[in-house]
Formats: sequence, structure tokens, C-alpha cells
Amino acid sequence: MASWEGRDTRLPQGRLTFCTYVIVGMVCLLLFGFWKLQVLDSDYYAQLAERNRIRSIPVIAPRGKMLDREGRVVVDNYPSFSVLVLREDQALLEQHLNEIAEGLDMQPDDLRQQIDAAQALPRFNPIVVKPEATPADIAFIESHRADLPLLELLMVHRRKYPEGGFLAHAIGYVGEVSEKQIEASGGKLRPGDIAGKSGLEKTYNDVLMGTDGMRRVIVNSLGKEVGRLEQKEAIPGKPIHLSIDYDLQSVAEEALGPQEGAVVAMDPRTGEVLAMVSHPAYDPKDFAVRVSKEEWQALNEDPTHPLINRAIQAQLAPGSVFKVVMATAMLESKAVPADFSVTCTGAEDFYGRPFHCWIASKGRGHGHVGLHEAIVESCDIFFYNLGKRLGIDRIAYYASHLGLGRKTGIDLPGEQEGLVPSEEWKQRVFKQQWYPGETISVAVGQGATTVTPVQLAYMVAGVAEGGNFHRPHMLLGETKTEEPSFPITEDTVEQVSQGMYGVVNETDGTAHAAHLEGIEFCGKTGSAQVISNEGKSRAGHVGKDLADNAWFVGFAPRRNPEIVVSVLVQHGVHGATAAAPVARDVIKAYYDKKSSLEKKQFTVDLKHYDVDSAESAKTVAATLGTGDAKKAGDSAHGNER
Amino acid sequence: MMMRTESRIRDFDWTLMVPVAGLCIIGMIQIASATRGTNLDGLQWKQLEWIVLGLVGMLVLSRVDYHAILEQAPVLYLVTLGLLVVVLALGQTKFGARRWLNLGFLHLQVSEVAKLIIIVTLARYLSELRTDRLTLADLAKIGVFTGIPTLLILLQPDLGTALVIVALVAVEIFLAGLEWKHALAMVALAALLLPAAWHVLKPYQKQRLTAFFRPEETSQTSGYQTQQSKIAVGSGGIRGRGFGQGTQNQLGFVPVRWADFILAGLAEEQGFAGVLVVMLLYLGLLLRLVGTAQLAGDRAGMFLVMGVAAVIGVHVLVNAAMVIGYMPVTGIPLPLMSHGGSSILFVFLALGLVMNVRLRRFVN
Repeated sequence: MASWEGRDTRLPQGRLTFCTYVIVGMVCLLLFGFWKLQVLDSDYYAQLAERNRIRSIPVIAPRGKMLDREGRVVVDNYPSFSVLVLREDQALLEQHLNEIAEGLDMQPDDLRQQIDAAQALPRFNPIVVKPEATPADIAFIESHRADLPLLELLMVHRRKYPEGGFLAHAIGYVGEVSEKQIEASGGKLRPGDIAGKSGLEKTYNDVLMGTDGMRRVIVNSLGKEVGRLEQKEAIPGKPIHLSIDYDLQSVAEEALGPQEGAVVAMDPRTGEVLAMVSHPAYDPKDFAVRVSKEEWQALNEDPTHPLINRAIQAQLAPGSVFKVVMATAMLESKAVPADFSVTCTGAEDFYGRPFHCWIASKGRGHGHVGLHEAIVESCDIFFYNLGKRLGIDRIAYYASHLGLGRKTGIDLPGEQEGLVPSEEWKQRVFKQQWYPGETISVAVGQGATTVTPVQLAYMVAGVAEGGNFHRPHMLLGETKTEEPSFPITEDTVEQVSQGMYGVVNETDGTAHAAHLEGIEFCGKTGSAQVISNEGKSRAGHVGKDLADNAWFVGFAPRRNPEIVVSVLVQHGVHGATAAAPVARDVIKAYYDKKSSLEKKQFTVDLKHYDVDSAESAKTVAATLGTGDAKKAGDSAHGNER
Repeated sequence: MMMRTESRIRDFDWTLMVPVAGLCIIGMIQIASATRGTNLDGLQWKQLEWIVLGLVGMLVLSRVDYHAILEQAPVLYLVTLGLLVVVLALGQTKFGARRWLNLGFLHLQVSEVAKLIIIVTLARYLSELRTDRLTLADLAKIGVFTGIPTLLILLQPDLGTALVIVALVAVEIFLAGLEWKHALAMVALAALLLPAAWHVLKPYQKQRLTAFFRPEETSQTSGYQTQQSKIAVGSGGIRGRGFGQGTQNQLGFVPVRWADFILAGLAEEQGFAGVLVVMLLYLGLLLRLVGTAQLAGDRAGMFLVMGVAAVIGVHVLVNAAMVIGYMPVTGIPLPLMSHGGSSILFVFLALGLVMNVRLRRFVN
């Protein structure tokens, strides 16, 4: 202790007191800082704390399924993940943009573009930057939750469409809503929503589309979900039951095969469409996620136009199928006597120009023909003369009243009207006078006349039903709409259908090769020129693209038909050889199924003699589309007794 | 001898121990809340062990006459320099800095020891000057012998502790009789040297400073930490959200919420009321320290106590200011509350020195 003997005991009391003030001042300053945050700005920070821990994630409502008439799933959903980018922290996003792009295997420019495009949206709305996350993307997001709290996975439901373009055109596809759709929806659709873009997906979008919910979750600082606050459940879309019969559709797809064309099968009693095929088809899988610009362009520029639904959009000359209209007009208008007949030598001059019958290529004529033979053998000379006698106005009147030249009103978007030429039409469109010679072409379904496959099905169904037209429709159980009926006398119906029966079943009939044992299969062939003979010689080649279009419209049975099938095979040349076999396959399939179901029903009745077989009978009858379930049920009861 | 010991126990500064105990308990409660359900669950009991160890150290240190300790100042100083060199060479690296020596039972943060020894060394040096006016030569000497350990600490790098030492030296030379003109000159010099100092900072240190002055530019790093801390404090309101109820604290938005940012968690869960209690406890602690200094038996004792007061005061100031975003993020713990063995031991040993001075306040 020696060195501390004379220690210094003077203390700087003044400076120590000063230290006291400094300490008090310091504590006051800190307390002021806390006061400002905790008392004055407390609400603001409380809000930030809430936003910190709560994340709102949309819950996507699944779209309704599409079922066929027997309840088989045609269009389903499958779960998938979309990558969401949270945009609340712009600076952070900017900083990690390249890293995110790399992790998601995207082009940084592409990512930036998507983010820029969403600038107008509120910041708290996350945006989808990659619709279909790969397992690698999911791994990337999960492993970078801590350092990249900008990415989130969103469970979505994607459309699972049938393979290989089955029913593709009727079904349509979905996609992100366009601005036009958003405007038209009146607030129901928001940017980024998935909505129907074509086909049934579009028509019945309101039914199929559900209402998205919202999930509010608590996340920790690593962006990991640690709890749930509340959930506004998504309301799933409702399913739609198509009138399409999966089996019949398969047969129709198969029968048309790789040929360009369309098939429409319809129940003439109700307008229910049983099958609708348009080939070539696209693969709707390409649209299930997000169609790339290149794919879209390729589909649009494809010379075979795979995006066109030929069943309702192909407007082509009907050829000889139009003779059904001519025959009806002749019998109904009575402008020409019922026993009107001509002698066909293979050619005849009208208005100073020679017109040929198709038989002329075989070096002969049809000889003496009346209406029946003219339909059966498709004699052009008969119908040239008939056309001349009826005149264009009368032809146009009947054609349009039988459903041509206007939309059938089928519940699919983009239906075309076709064209029924008339004097008035020519004056309006071309400011030209109608030449009588044109009437001769129109009489055999050439000239300016164009129709769609669905129109021909509608027309033939209407005629066969005695003028009771039913709007073609794709949904089952829709109350059948009574179209403005155009009564056709029973006698006319009888004569026309007899003629069409002859086409298939008489040995001279143009489609005799397509006849079916035990089935009253009726129909009318058609071969329509794509280009005039003069045009062909001008084109200098006879390529397939200039070959005639083949038509066939058939129905069965002859009286009170249950099914009408309209077939178009583009460049198929002959209706009889190219189109009629397709219709035959469909009609045969329809009857095969019907008879096998009837057999089954019979065995069911025997087996379950004392159980409620009436129910099963009803089901069978309903699935068969025979319509009158009650009757079938009654007969089952009869068995029990 | 017996008589003296008894009188010393009676003379023990129980008034000082009130805020100390209060802060330790509040700290433990807050550590418990911050680590609930994490893999650090139960960290408060670890903290209690350090507190008990610290109390023992405090008692031991209070019984050795501080003059004897001052006697050994040069040796202690050299040993500390040696430790600082060793930690730079062999120390454990955590969070990109070499600050720790693994002693088996403790990862010793050598800079905590250095603070204590610099207090002792300064007290010894300043008390031997026997003047009320520090000359430039004195200042230069002080600058050199405090500057060497400070530089070694900066190399770790530990900017926070280095700044604490600078503040400690400033307080001590102010009390030793710093002339105002010299004070002004030093401030001016510091202002000139600041831009130069920028270039020797480590990238993360620059980032923290940048984050402090332009928080909008860095959101996920230091600026993010400050922002999250402010959100925690602000959302606590007046009465707080309650123990274990602070979302910022519980969901991990508040960084190192059981140590450096323990005050943010406390502010969120106990509100302004809780902060007020803590601040008043610190105020009581610091004022009691100044009071003890005023009663010290000699200048050396006064310098010891005020050195401790300066270090604790600067820690509270810098830590709390960081939590409310008034200062950049520096890894400075809140004395007695933040979890950390070295920090707790330092404070209790430092308080042991204070006790020592108080017990010997009467000149024989």
C-alpha cells in the first residue's frame, strides 16, 4: 500500500454532477424515443406487425367437371402449383430478380416483363409468374424460404382434357382472362383469373367457374406458415352434364379418322347433341397451362386450321344434300305437281348453258325419273328443272325456313350462319341482278349456298320431325326449346324420308353400300365442288385441296327418328364413299349400344324379379336416350306382374 | 479481522443491488419468452447460472482492496493485450468475427475482459497524474495505451466494443480534467478522420451504417433488422401484448431477440410501461454508481466507479438507441438483461469493483 499513502482525495464533484445530468438526459431521450414509437405511432406499427405475420393467399376454386350423358367424366381437374411472386417489398424484389429467374429457370427479361405488367395492380396482390411449377421449382422455393421471402406456391386446379383431341372443339379450353372479358364480366372476373376461352368452357363459364376463396395464414420471419387465421372457402364450380355420349363420340372420332371434316350426331326429338367431331383437332393440353406465343401462332397459321370447329364453323356448299330442301319445297309449295318428272340424258341446256348430271361421267343418263328416283339416285337434271320451276325466291324461302342461312343457336360460341342466296341478297351484297342460271346451280346445292354440318343435321332433323325444330344443344336435361315450327305435312315427310330410305336401301341408291341390316337407315349423299370445272383448269392442277367435299346426312329409323348424323369429309370427293360410311358407323354404334342395353335390361329384370327393377329400367331408358323413362319403367312393372 | 468483515457485509450496497436484481429478473423473463418453443428453450436458466457465477465473482472482487488491483494494472494490461492477440490468432469465428476464446465452460469474449482492464489501467494512470489539467502529452499517452487494445478489438472486428472504449476514455479524461479547448480539438479531429475511417470498415459494417442512414435501400439486412425491431417496439403500445404474445418476438421477426434485441421483445410484450420500468431501473443503477463515485475514498476509486458507469451507460444508450432505430446496428448487449456469459460476468465483476470502492470509501 506504500504507493497509495499520499493518495489524491480531491474529487471533481462538479463534473460528476454534470455526469448525473447527462445520465438523466440520456434516459429521457431514450424514453422519448420509445414514447414516440409505442404511444404516438403505435397504430402504424401495429398494422405493420399484422402485415408482417399475416399473408393472404388465394384459394383457387376448382372448375366444374364435364360429364357425358351417362355421368362419365370427360373433363376433370388435376392439382398443380403455380409460382407466386409477392410484390410488397419492391426493393427486395429488384435485388433478387436475377436470382429468382435463375432458380425458376426463367429468362430475367421475361420475369421483369411480367412484374412490370402488373405494376397497376395493388402491391399486396401477388402475381403468378410461372403457372406450372416443376419439382425443381418447388424445391427451389422451399429451400429459399428464409432468404427469398418473395416466392409462394399456389395450389391450382388445371384442366385435364381427354387425350388426343377427343371432343376438343366442343369442350374448348380455358386461359387467363383477357381485359375484354374482365370488362364484360362486370366485376366478377379479375386479372389472372382462369376462364373459358372457347367451346363449352366459354359458354358455361359462369356455371363451371367457382368463386375463389382466401386463406389468411400466420407466417414466421422465415415465411413459413405457422398458423391459420381464417379461411374464406372457395366455392367450387358446378359440373355440367353433356348430352354427348362418350361411346358414340369415340366411334365418330374413329370413323372420321385423319380426314379433314366434321361429324354431328343429334337426337332429332330434343336437339341433344350426341357426338360432335371436328378434325384435325388440336391437343387441349397445350392450353391447360399457358399457351406460348409460338404455339399459338403455329396453331393459327396451320393450313388445316385445327382451331376451327368445323361442325359449326365450316361454311361450305351442301351439294346434293340440298336436294332434301328442294324436295320439301316442291311438295310443300305445290308449285310443281307431285308427279313432276323429267327424262335425264346426262345433260341439259338451261339459259343457253349446258348443265350436267353426275351420272354423265358414267356415259349414261338416269332416264325417266320422278321425285323418288331423283332423290334415291340424286339426279341433278331433275333438280335443275325443279329449281327452274320453283324459282330462287321460293327455294330461298324454304331453305331459310328449314334452318339454313342462320345460326341454329347451338350453345357453342362462334357458330357460323352459312348462306342462302336470293335475289334480295345479291342485290344487297353485290348490287347486281340475279341471273336465272344461278338458280340452276343453287338447286343442286352449289353456287353461293353454304351450310355448316350442324345446320344440315338441324335441317334434316326438322324435316323428319314434320317441321318441329329443336335447337341443337350440348347439355343434358335442358328443357327443349320449341323453335318457331314450320309445319310440314305428313305426306311430304313420308315422301322425303322414303326417298332418303331409298338412297341407302335401294340397290340404285347412291349410298347403298352403307346400308345396315335390320336398321332403317336413311340419308342423303352430297358431293360439292370446291371450285368450278373452269377454275380447276385455270388452277392447272387437280390437287387434293381442290377435290370435292363429301357430305352425308343420315337418320334412323325412318319414322320418328332417334338419331340424325351429319358428316362432312373435306376433299372426300364422293359423299357415298367418303362420308356415308362414317355416318353408318355412328348409327350402327348407336343401335349396337341400344340393343345391348335392352338385352341387359331384360336380364336384369329376370334376375331381380322382385326387387325394384323399375328404377334400373328407368336408368337404362334414360341412358339410352329413348326419352320416355316412364314407359320403360311401366313395362318393367308389367314384367313383375 | 472478523469485525471488519462483518462491517463490510453490513456496508454492502443493497440499494445498488435492487435495480441489478430487477433487471436480471426481467431479463430472464424476457429470455424465457423469446426462446419459448425454439431450440433455445430454457435459455433463461443458463442465464441464471451466469448471474450466480457473476455474483460470486462480484463478492470475491469486492473483498480484495482495489488498490491491490490497481497495483497490478500494468501486468493485467499486458496480459489483456496478449489475450487480444491470441484471440485474433486462435479465436473462434462466429458471425464473421473472431471474438471468442473457448475456455471449455465459457466462450470468453475477450473484449469484455479488455473493457474491465482498461477501466483499471485508466484509473491507475489518471489517479497518479495528480492534476486537474491534462496536458497534451498526457492525452497522447492515454491515446496510445488505450488505442492499442482498441485497435486489436477493431481487428476482430468488433466496432461496438471499440466505440464503447472510446466513450469510456472520453468520460474518464473528462473527469480527470480535460480542457475544453482540447475537447473541441479532439471532436474536430474525429470529424476529419471519420471519412478516412470509412475505408477501413468491413463490408458488413459499412452495410450497417448505410442501412442506418438510408434504410430504404437495404431491406433484408441491417435495415430490415432495424425495421423489424421498430415494428416490434411500436406495436407493443402502452401496455404491451403480454408475455409470449408479441408476434414480432414469437415469430422471429425480431433478430437475436434473447440477446442484443431483447429490449425490442420486451417493448412489444410489456409495452411502454415495461420499458419505463426498465429505464428507471437503469437510471437508478447509474445514478447510484455516480453517487458511489462521489463518495469514493480517493480519485482512483472515483475513476474505477465512473469507468464502470460509463461502460454500462454507453451500453444502455447504444443498445436502446439501436432498438428504436436511433443508431445503427452494433452488436452491443444490454447490460444485465441480454443473454450472454461474458457480458453478465463483465457487469458483475465491474460491480464488484464498485462495491470494493464503496466499502473503502472512508479514508482510514
